Amino acid sequence: MMRTMLFIVSTLAVIGLGYWAYVENYKTQASLNEVEKLQRDIGRMREELAVLRAEWAYLNRPDRLRDLADLNFDRLGLLPLSPEQFGRVDQIAYPPEETMLPVSDVIDVAGEIRP
Amino acid sequence: MTRVPLRPLARVLAARAQGENPDRIERENLRKRHEVLRDKARLRAEGRLVVLAGLFFCAFLVVGLKMGAIASSEPSEPRGHAPGAQIAAARADIVDRRGRILATNLVTHSLYAQPPMMVDPERAARELVKIFPDLEEERLLGWFTGDRKFLWIRKKISPEQKQAVFDIGEPGLLFGPREMRLYPNGPIAAHIMGGASFGREGVNAAEVIGVAGIEKAFDDRLRDPGRAGEPLRLTIDLTVQAAVERVLHGGMVMMNAKGATAVLMDAHTGEIAAMASLPDFDPNDRPRPLTEGDASDSPLFNRAVQGLYELGSTFKIFAVAQAMELGLVNPETMVNTRGPLTWGKFKIRDFHDYGAELSVTDVIVKSSNIGTARIAMDIGANRQRAFLDRLGLLAPSPVELVEAPGVVPLTPPNWSEISTMTISYGHGLSASPLHLATAYATLLNGGRRVTPTLVRDGPVARGPRILSEETSRVARDMLRQVVTRGTASFGEVPGYAVGGKTGTADKPKTRGGGYYDDKVIATFASVFPAHDPRYVLVVSLDEPVETSGSKPRRTAGWTAVPVAAEMIRRVAPLLGLKPEIEPLTPTGVTLTSN
Repeated sequence: MMRTMLFIVSTLAVIGLGYWAYVENYKTQASLNEVEKLQRDIGRMREELAVLRAEWAYLNRPDRLRDLADLNFDRLGLLPLSPEQFGRVDQIAYPPEETMLPVSDVIDVAGEIRP
Repeated sequence: MTRVPLRPLARVLAARAQGENPDRIERENLRKRHEVLRDKARLRAEGRLVVLAGLFFCAFLVVGLKMGAIASSEPSEPRGHAPGAQIAAARADIVDRRGRILATNLVTHSLYAQPPMMVDPERAARELVKIFPDLEEERLLGWFTGDRKFLWIRKKISPEQKQAVFDIGEPGLLFGPREMRLYPNGPIAAHIMGGASFGREGVNAAEVIGVAGIEKAFDDRLRDPGRAGEPLRLTIDLTVQAAVERVLHGGMVMMNAKGATAVLMDAHTGEIAAMASLPDFDPNDRPRPLTEGDASDSPLFNRAVQGLYELGSTFKIFAVAQAMELGLVNPETMVNTRGPLTWGKFKIRDFHDYGAELSVTDVIVKSSNIGTARIAMDIGANRQRAFLDRLGLLAPSPVELVEAPGVVPLTPPNWSEISTMTISYGHGLSASPLHLATAYATLLNGGRRVTPTLVRDGPVARGPRILSEETSRVARDMLRQVVTRGTASFGEVPGYAVGGKTGTADKPKTRGGGYYDDKVIATFASVFPAHDPRYVLVVSLDEPVETSGSKPRRTAGWTAVPVAAEMIRRVAPLLGLKPEIEPLTPTGVTLTSN
């Protein structure tokens, strides 16, 4: 009796473990495929990023920017940086003191009241 | 196991009855028992050895099988690994000091044909010529219908061209992926970049190899797959480089020069912020080197590094600085400048007659050949040579360009006294503008040797001391006076206290035999700000002539100096230098007591 029980239990255990290994194997395969796909995506995006960076550098090349600045001089008025554009701290005027509202007894409302 | 008694009673009695010693029987039995024990022990030991051998055999078998499996199976990337450090097959990018891209890669396609797979070769050839007008239809057709199995049609094609070829619908026209080197800024910094081309080519990939400039000098570093992700950072600043090239080009056109070069170097670290040589080229489409004529006429020629010129009076400050360092003169010492100075059959003259004598400062400010030559005679050939060597003027420049190690300055074969005299004012010794910039940086930064560099990696160690801080300061002061009241008066840039020395050298005739009368190399070597040196700028124009006056003017003061001044005005703000009021030089009041 005891021996029969032991056989049944161990057989069930073997079946269960086999099933578990089968499922895990398939899960692993699926994850590996997923990783492969992601790595392909990463590779493709790196490539795209390189192209975009190259394009950014190409569009920002100094020759083109200079031509654009010349072309749009009417609107932007851009000129090369010159020594006169540097300022010193003591060349800046102090901000004018803020005018204070006169203190009165009643509560003043400053600003606009909208309906 | 039944134990055999050692003294069996029956045998003992029998032995006694025969008068033998019964102890022999005991010994005999004891011996037999020991033999049995020994045989058992041996068997056991042998068994253990067999088991151990079996285990070892199994272990080696497993290792051997695994090795065989690894050796005979196809390599494959580990699938389950998350990539730690990125290992890329691409060539590393090159960026400027602020990380802006100077060279990068772009994936394009190459076009090749497999004639045996072609369906309609005539149509393919006709359509291809429509897309690429420089191909010839007859030759293409000849190739397509001949017995060739494979031919390259184009090494690089654009995506639009690829689509157009694809639309022909010819199965014998195939594309291979190609990594292409792209220089997005076009000709800016072309000579530094050099260029790249394809090495070994296959259908699926091609090696990109550097052919000149920094691309070739750092080819191994740029191709190292482990460092492909980290770009090579140069010391040049793209904005500054573009401004320098722009101003230099304007100056070259205005002064009717056939070539021009500029080197802008950090006076303390030797980092090259900009280096330009005109005419230039587009490294994306590098022209072929000249097969005949003068190599220096090719746009590929980097005048700043490869051009060896006699740099004229810019050398005078070296002689004067050395004489001051040796204690032979001080800035107020009077020097005999009565001319012409005769040495054998040679006569040394000045541009103007400066009278009987000048102070050492005025020898520099007025640029007197005779005065400098007399100072050089006091120094002597050996000491002069050693000093110029310490300044790096006699050896190839150590800058990281593949062209640099081959450019050895030209020195006289026999360094005689007349050579000493002419070299003191820049004739008889040819060096590149980069050599001159390096020597000026060393001389004027406080006297510490600098090594020119184009690659920025970490802080730069201070070089050994070549001359004293005080000599360097006096030399800067003299150069400042050249600008305020001397030959370089056009070099004044308000706020930047430019100091510098002009040099106008007649070009030697290419076939030997003297110098041209009307062809000069005009050079201005400058430092700014003179009281607190930050940058050294050398501008050199090849055969300039300034025609605004009644007579054509060729001296550096009229040609190279205005160009350099404009360059400093444009570039100094970009380098982050604020215009400053120059500290006044102490006036001639001295404390006396009586």
